[in-house]
Amino acid sequence: MSSTRDIDALIEMMAKLPGLGPRSARRAVLQLIRKRALQMEPLADLMTSVAATACECRNCGNIGTQPVCDICLSNERATGQICVVEDVGDLWAMERSGVFKGRYHVLGGTLSALDAIGPETLRIPKLSERVESEEVTEVILALNATVDGLTTAHYIADQLDGRCRITSLAQGVPIGGELDYLDDGTITAALNARREV
Amino acid sequence: MEWRDQGILLSARPYGETGAILEMFTPEHGRHAGVMRGGASRKMAPILQAGAQLDLHWSARLEDHLGTFKAEPMRSRTASAMASRLSLAGLNTVTALLRFCLPERQAYPALYARTETLLDLLPEIALWPLAYLQWEMALLDEMGFGLDLSCCAVTGAVEDLAYVSPRTGRAVSAAGAGDWAARLLPLPPIMLGQGRAPDAEIAAGLRVTGHFLMQNLAPQIAQKPLPEARARFIQRFERGLVAD
Repeated sequence: MSSTRDIDALIEMMAKLPGLGPRSARRAVLQLIRKRALQMEPLADLMTSVAATACECRNCGNIGTQPVCDICLSNERATGQICVVEDVGDLWAMERSGVFKGRYHVLGGTLSALDAIGPETLRIPKLSERVESEEVTEVILALNATVDGLTTAHYIADQLDGRCRITSLAQGVPIGGELDYLDDGTITAALNARREV
Repeated sequence: MEWRDQGILLSARPYGETGAILEMFTPEHGRHAGVMRGGASRKMAPILQAGAQLDLHWSARLEDHLGTFKAEPMRSRTASAMASRLSLAGLNTVTALLRFCLPERQAYPALYARTETLLDLLPEIALWPLAYLQWEMALLDEMGFGLDLSCCAVTGAVEDLAYVSPRTGRAVSAAGAGDWAARLLPLPPIMLGQGRAPDAEIAAGLRVTGHFLMQNLAPQIAQKPLPEARARFIQRFERGLVAD
């Protein structure tokens, strides 16, 4: 039996993680082995703990270690606004900006004929329920500016029509963006959404 | 093996971390898939949206391999489709139906030309539903289930055509229909190229084409129901939400 079999298996497992390949996984494993007490053991403990407790918030779909996430439990969050995002990664991106002080709703994907994802697969019924029960006045659709994202946004807008204000994120030139490098679709969207200075 | 062509992007699905599998509709090579390295990158993501017109270079070691695409953007249609809910639903239904109906690697140059024109009309939302109805008729025709609206299947008359046989797709005149009229599909004049194309007639026309897509084409091709995107488009159109 090879003396490095477990290490090889660990490298192989790490190499499957996003952003890592076999070479970077090898470097990461080597680093962990060298700093066993400082990095590897705490990491292993945390992974065991998170594997046992990580779950979706039953209210908004965020990921946490409690049945209801911190954002939903927080009293400092405005209750009248819900920001709808496609995935937990999008929620984290919104939180990084620190601008939005309301609550979130994670759909868990977008409508996609290709992947056979229909409205019933997403958390749209739960959103509709929350709009009623939490007395929501505004739903902000922060979905990706893709064909699937926009189709989903329109579907949700239809479902919630007349029950609250429905807004979506603006589309256009990113901060620091140079027009010369933008695709024509983005330029068209930016031009259509122009505003007075 | 390699070729160069242009094409309309029907779908792009992630492949690995940075790649994408593109499904294209091209004039000379029909519906054709291939891997595009870096297709999921931040630079390419805005370009690789359904409906985009791309300049393509496909290469593979053997002809039956999936092969790889190199693509340059020619025209993006996402922004024009974003302008209206009906346009977006229309773009979705066209790409979904093409994916559903077309066999792989079989050229349909006439259908390609019609599709390109149809997608270029997306910003003209007042004209689009009629153009879409005509496109569906052309799609049925190309797939071998075309409607024969030239004369009455019963009497041979070319005037007063009012129905379509749900079985054969042939026109039937009011006189020829007789007691069978209730079992036939109403034929709106717009399908004969007559009248001013009111929305109600276009909706009736879409019910006729929908019948043949569902009853004839779907069972033959995929043994699956028609893509949900078409039902959403029809629903949107019938609700009269032409302008958002």
